[in-house]
Amino acid sequence: MVVSTKMALDGAHAAAHAMRQINPDVVAAYPITPQTAVVQTFSQYVADGEVDTEFIAVESEHAAMSACVGAAAAGGRVMTATAANGLALMWEVVYIAASMRLPIIMTVVNRALSAPLNIHCDHSDSMGARDAGWIQLYSETAQEAYDNLIQAVRIAEHPDLLLPVMVMQDGFITGHGVERVEVLDDSAVKGFIGTYTPEYSLLDVDHPKTFGAWDMYDYYFEHKRQQTDAMSKAMKVIVDVGKEFGETSGRSYGIFDPYAMEDAELAIMVLSSAGGTARTMVKKLRSEGVKIGLLKPRVFRPFPAQELADALKGVKAVAVLDRSISFGAMDGAGPLFLEVCAALFAAGLKAKVVNYIYGLGGRDIFPQHFEQVASDLQDIAATGKVKSLVNYLGLRE
Amino acid sequence: MPKHKATWKEANIAGMVFEPGSSAEYNTGTWRTERPVHDMNKCTHCMICWVYCPDSAIIVKDGRWVAFDYDHCKGCGICASVCPIKTEAHPHTGKAGKVIQMVLEQD
Repeated sequence: MVVSTKMALDGAHAAAHAMRQINPDVVAAYPITPQTAVVQTFSQYVADGEVDTEFIAVESEHAAMSACVGAAAAGGRVMTATAANGLALMWEVVYIAASMRLPIIMTVVNRALSAPLNIHCDHSDSMGARDAGWIQLYSETAQEAYDNLIQAVRIAEHPDLLLPVMVMQDGFITGHGVERVEVLDDSAVKGFIGTYTPEYSLLDVDHPKTFGAWDMYDYYFEHKRQQTDAMSKAMKVIVDVGKEFGETSGRSYGIFDPYAMEDAELAIMVLSSAGGTARTMVKKLRSEGVKIGLLKPRVFRPFPAQELADALKGVKAVAVLDRSISFGAMDGAGPLFLEVCAALFAAGLKAKVVNYIYGLGGRDIFPQHFEQVASDLQDIAATGKVKSLVNYLGLRE
Repeated sequence: MPKHKATWKEANIAGMVFEPGSSAEYNTGTWRTERPVHDMNKCTHCMICWVYCPDSAIIVKDGRWVAFDYDHCKGCGICASVCPIKTEAHPHTGKAGKVIQMVLEQD
């Protein structure tokens, strides 16, 4: 029987609550808006003796991720959290964590990168880290942020993977928005994540090892091939863990969260919190007879190319919404759009695809924006023509 | 230790090294452009070169200088620099100078 408690939590507190229940060996973190509430709340748990965690208050995010790498190499279960410029400052070590195959778990409360200085939500921070070798899960709500963080432990530590996992939630919208969150019993979380016994550990003094040694042109390539192979095994683990989490919590998770996609001829794809507004509008449009559906990806890394092609079979026109720009990419498109285009092309699908950049620096997206997108999709499906490949929602033109 | 030229499936995960002291198996001597040469006739076995060598590439037995470990000597020249003993005609170079002198690797 699933035992859970309903609590009023914002996304940041939901993440801190999950961290308390996970009770990691080490947390090294530096506060940055809008992630601060995660670290602040967790450090209170440490001060109150509610966790056994060694909390390292570091002098920067570069130091935070460096301390996480050391602690994870020592064999600890390690977590941190950051946002925006903090993630950017971690950059060098973010890659090192993945390449050293250290299963570190990090909450990213998505925030726009400077400049100009902005503290509000967009996905430029985590999307910039999309090729760093981390698994990326995007959460729509505080509930998903909580659930994803607990699942991330099992995903990261899976012996086939040993890969770090980033769990995203939208800054302020999710991070500071109080919602009803169903929180599992501490014992249920403890049972689900199990005990971490590292396969490779610096503190295993009977079997001394060297981590992160010098690697020349005679072996570096082989190690990168291993790394991409581990990532290719991640999707199965994510799906298995999502299903098992459903048995524990009553909330199952997959690669996508599809809505009204069964007979859809038009589809909208969007990550994270905007999925809620999109779903409401799809429901309304369906009641008006428009054959439209929502395909909200939860997993962005590894990118579910084959699964996406399967989900979009029979769809005539797809609108992909991006909360960041891949500057200099085709027509200045967003990263989700580019990945979707690549997946559809590789699968030989001929669906028309159109990109919308929205919500940069915390700009709100409203229901009428989705109505505009749906109207454009109907035109594209009818004429077979995409007038403008990359468009902007809510921008003063 | 994985076998020499392991494939990506055979190589240790993330380039981890599972044996302590395995750097002895890495022949850094191939990096050398100059190498030290030694005059055994004049050497007093003071062991100052042994103390200073950063790569433990001076082989000593029973308190006496035996040889350079050319598999690991990188040719930095510190031994030649710190050697305090003079020779009038070095058996390798024929030159007056120190007991340890540097010559080109191909010499």
